[in-house]
Formats: sequence, C-alpha cells, structure tokens
Amino acid sequence: MTDMADVEALLRSALVPVEPSEALSDRLERGLSEITDLAAEELADWELSTMRDPRNWGRPVAAVVVGGAAAGALVLVRARQQQKKKGGGLRALEKSLRDVADDLQKRLDR
Amino acid sequence: MDEIADKQRLDSDFTDLYRAHLRDVYSYSYYRVGNHHDAEDLTEQTFLQAYRHFDRAQRESNGRPLRPWLIRIAHNLAANYYRDRSRKPQTQLEDAAIVSAPHDTEDLVEGRQELQDVLEGVSKLPDDRREALIMRFALGMDNREIARALDRSEGATKVLIHRAIKQLEQGLKEDSPDD
Repeated sequence: MTDMADVEALLRSALVPVEPSEALSDRLERGLSEITDLAAEELADWELSTMRDPRNWGRPVAAVVVGGAAAGALVLVRARQQQKKKGGGLRALEKSLRDVADDLQKRLDR
Repeated sequence: MDEIADKQRLDSDFTDLYRAHLRDVYSYSYYRVGNHHDAEDLTEQTFLQAYRHFDRAQRESNGRPLRPWLIRIAHNLAANYYRDRSRKPQTQLEDAAIVSAPHDTEDLVEGRQELQDVLEGVSKLPDDRREALIMRFALGMDNREIARALDRSEGATKVLIHRAIKQLEQGLKEDSPDD
C-alpha cells in the first residue's frame, strides 16, 4: 500500500454506505407524521382564534386539508417502503393499500 | 388556496428529500459516532430538525440540492453529541464495512485486516479531514457538496481531502510491517 490511488480504492471498500434498520424507518416516519399532525392542529387552533374576522373564514378548512395531505404523503412513504420490503407482488400491494386506507381512516376518526 | 398548495408541495418535497437521503444521513451518523444505537438517534434528530426548517432552507437554496444542508445538520448535531456527553468517537466500524465489502476466499483474512487498518487510520485523522472522507467515500459527495456541508470554499475542500488521504497513506505506511 504505497500510493494515493490505492488508498482511495481502500477507502471506497472500507467506507461503504450503511443501510438504516427498518425499525428506524418506522420510528422516523411515525415521528414525522406526528409533528405534521401537531402542525396541522396548531394551524387549526390559530385559525379558529381568528374566526371573528370574516376575511379568515375559509382558513380552518385549509388547515384540515393541509394536515390530511401532509399525513397522507408520509403514510404513502411507509406504504411504499413496506411494499419494497416484501419484494413487491399483488399481495404486498393490496396490503399496502389496505394499510394506507386504515391509517387514513384512523386519522379521519380522530 | 395558494397556502394549501404551498404546504402540500413543501410536504411532498420533504418526503422526497427523506426518501432520497435517509441512507446518507444514517451512514454519515454511523461513521461519526461509531455505533448503530447513537447513529439512529442522530438520524432521527437530523430529520426532525430538518423538517422544522425545511421551508426556509428550500427558499434559500435557489434550487441547489439540499443534501449538503441535511448533512450539515447531522454534522452540527454530532458535534453537540460529543460536547454534551463528553464522548469520543468509537472505532467499532468493522461490521458495516467488512460485511459489505466483496472478498474472495483467498484474500479474506488479508482484506479484512487491510480494511480494518484503513478504518482505524480514518478514526485517527483530525475531525475535519475524517468528516470530509466520510462525505466523499461513504456518501459519494463531490467537492462542491462537501464544501457547502462544511462551510468552506471548494478549493479549501479539495486541499482538505488531498491532505486527509496523504495523511492516511502515511499512517498506513508507518503501520505496515513490510516497511
């Protein structure tokens, strides 16, 4: 081992990308969904406090739509990852879609 | 309705950023702290902090890639991690690199030792040189991206990486039993 090209080749072999665990992905997506929900709730609270002003009457509806869309986006990430983890196939796709539907239903029930 | 569209676009963009760079942030975190448990915490904190500031970062990026910004958050959090807990980087990195590296049977033992020597050499480098090498080789970042992540000029970054490799090369020579 004597020159920089060799060292660079060794560095490429030694410093390989490290895959995060599924548990981390799940935890992270859950956390992001929660703070997205909180952001939507705070927005809704703020919007309700401004309801006395007719110019703001359309905004609470916007907050609900925004919160739902953001949460939906993160749910879809999880669904895609689960589908990828299971190696694809119709069954995995069906389960992912069911999970998305269940998750969205829970959010609507809150 | 413009606010709704903006928020939807922002969340969609953040989702894309998360999906594209989860492995980058995790890899950087892992090579900084040296164990999976703390790397997971660091990755989680990085994305939560990124989410809070994403709107502003995107506005100020002028269309440039946000990976350097993301890695810079992880870099700052890692610095706090060591400062707050008075910890030093661990060197138990062999599982990530050696399990993934391709070897044939004949070269297995020698190859493992060589990679272990490289990792130990990297861990002994000054912080800025070590981080630049992690960004270059583990994350595949170019000089411009590394410069943005480390808040340096491209020229200074090029010199930094060159010196890091030279120092590592020198260290490997000194540790080699053949020399």
